[in-house]
Amino acid sequence: MQALFSQLVAGLSLGSVLLLAALGLALTFGQMGVINMAHGEFMMAGAYTAFIIQRGIADAGTSLLLAIPLGFLVGGVMGLILEATLIRRMYHRPLDTLLVTWGVSLILQQAARDIFGAPNVDVRAPGWLSGSIDIGFTQVPAARLFILALAVAAVLGLSLLLKTTPLGRRIRGVVQNRDLAETVGISTRSTDRLTFFIGSGLAGIAGVALTLLGSTGPTLGTSYIVDAFLVVVAGGIGQIKGAVIAAFGLGLLQATFEYSTTANIAKVMVFVVVVVFLQIRPQGIFSIRTRSLA
Amino acid sequence: MSRLRTRKRLLNAAAVLMVVGLLSAGCGSRVGAAGAGGSSSSTCADTSGSSVKIGFLNSLSGTMAISEKTVHDSLVLAAEQINSSGGVLGKQLSIISEDGASEPTIFAEKAGKLISSDCVAAVFGGWTSASRKAMLPVFEGANSLLFYPVQYEGLEASPNIFYTGATTNQQIVPALDYLKQKGVKSLFLVGSDYVFPRTANKEIKAYAKANGIDIKGEEYAPLGHTDFTTIVNKVKGAGAAAVFNTLNGDSNVAFFKEYRNAGLTPGTMPVVSVSIAEEEIGGIGLDNVVDQLTAWNYYQTIDSPKNAAFVQQFKAKYGQNRVTSDPMEAAYTSMFLWKVMVEKAKSFTTNDVRNAADGVSYDAPEGTVTVNGENHHIAKTALIGKVGPDALIHTEWSSGSPVQPDPFLKSYDWAKGLTG
Repeated sequence: MQALFSQLVAGLSLGSVLLLAALGLALTFGQMGVINMAHGEFMMAGAYTAFIIQRGIADAGTSLLLAIPLGFLVGGVMGLILEATLIRRMYHRPLDTLLVTWGVSLILQQAARDIFGAPNVDVRAPGWLSGSIDIGFTQVPAARLFILALAVAAVLGLSLLLKTTPLGRRIRGVVQNRDLAETVGISTRSTDRLTFFIGSGLAGIAGVALTLLGSTGPTLGTSYIVDAFLVVVAGGIGQIKGAVIAAFGLGLLQATFEYSTTANIAKVMVFVVVVVFLQIRPQGIFSIRTRSLA
Repeated sequence: MSRLRTRKRLLNAAAVLMVVGLLSAGCGSRVGAAGAGGSSSSTCADTSGSSVKIGFLNSLSGTMAISEKTVHDSLVLAAEQINSSGGVLGKQLSIISEDGASEPTIFAEKAGKLISSDCVAAVFGGWTSASRKAMLPVFEGANSLLFYPVQYEGLEASPNIFYTGATTNQQIVPALDYLKQKGVKSLFLVGSDYVFPRTANKEIKAYAKANGIDIKGEEYAPLGHTDFTTIVNKVKGAGAAAVFNTLNGDSNVAFFKEYRNAGLTPGTMPVVSVSIAEEEIGGIGLDNVVDQLTAWNYYQTIDSPKNAAFVQQFKAKYGQNRVTSDPMEAAYTSMFLWKVMVEKAKSFTTNDVRNAADGVSYDAPEGTVTVNGENHHIAKTALIGKVGPDALIHTEWSSGSPVQPDPFLKSYDWAKGLTG
């Protein structure tokens, strides 16, 4: 029983990590259709932002809380630059985008290596996030609870933005039918730019959060990018709730499989489940019906 | 319709990528083959002038760059020191550096290039066992020399490779001896999923069986695995007396953070690691790894005039915040060993150097090391260390005298079934 609960918690916590990593991608890939392989490197940029801030502000708690908005800004601005210089030119060439952004990701990794050095850097967790919290039937590491809360907050913030603000309406409009949106006077250009800014910014936040769990180094992004795409594809293009369900679903699957087999087999089984699922439902868990021809 | 076209284009792109991959693989093997066919008895190394070329082959890019860059740095330091004290046989060393890019196939290709087109007298480098295994046929085919500076899983002895890191009986077996001596009755094995941890754990299990140690569990994580919740849950549930950790690379960071967050401490369940050196402690975070144990043959804190000079010279060249570690020291030592071999042979030729190798000894920062001419490994002292609050590793236990290398574990009864 004890093991069941701790694996349940492990699955939820893994799901929240996946969700944070995939949320920005759900926006840029899911909504805009841009295959951005450099998304992981925006996470890395967020993680290094946390590292730089901690060098300036010694108190780990303050610097972490400060790093979340700043990580968003750093990731977002990098996304804006990438969008304005490269991606803008190839909105109708998805395969070229894949190769170009992959190249960008390699350049960014090497840049990080040149700036911060090849070894991992240490981002200290604040005192109130190390150790475990007893929740009755099992213990949960505080850092993982924090990430769960952060993921929930990010999802809520994003859905509020999409549902209630004029910007959100414009984004949804452009996603559902770009031509029609343009005809009614929405500037698709600036909408694209803002969507990409927010999506990349969310990657920055994910990077800050990941410093609590893993290594902060040039290859941080590559460890998460495949899983992030998996979540978005399984969740279905164009819907945030799809990504949420897919992330927690995959997290729970991985944790369950891993407990009864090994980490490697679990990974394979998760992939098999997703592949079989996509055979049955190629559009993912959710899809939006649209009159657009694209 | 457009979706169908996209899929077709995807297939085309995949085909193009595959062709490019095949072409480059073909080029790699051609370079290697030229090296093998060009000169079967010895390399084309030109030793007539006032300088002699040597090759460095480390990953300066890719996932292994984090570790191999440090080895490269200490090789450069060794070459500079040898040059400023008159070179080898009166000849200055001129360095040709190649980037292995963390890819075994590129290691093989670049090794071929260094041997047959640069005509180097010897090559220093390699880190992962995969890179060494890829380079081995190239060096054997061209009858050239490789000096490999990293501890590894043993079970190998090429006439063209000198292994200056530890083999298993100089690192893992002493670590097990230490644990047994401390009264540890049960172990949990955690490792990355590739050749070194799998082989090492096979040996650990054989040792445990013969010595009455209970193996409570054995878990492997894929290289680059980032989520250790489940594995740490299993470790916690199994209740072993200690954990034997053969994880490699970034996984260590995630593992130790999770280990500490789950409330496990060095006091209740110590972790013995064989792949964490001074370099890695900063990245893992001192708080997460303090008081845990490591097994190596060299620590920066070794108290000897030779090591004090090495550390001081390294810091003077690369910065006061840099640290020295076991593989770096083994690489540094490997070049001086090569120098002594060449000067003993009075020749740079592979066969002469190899014939002179047996018994060559050098007063290294880790202590005196001696080359075993039969298996090309070196006798070195085994050290168990503990991570201190100063982020350095301090010797906790020492084998006292150099341990003779036994890569095939022939001298151990419990290992009879392993090497077959």
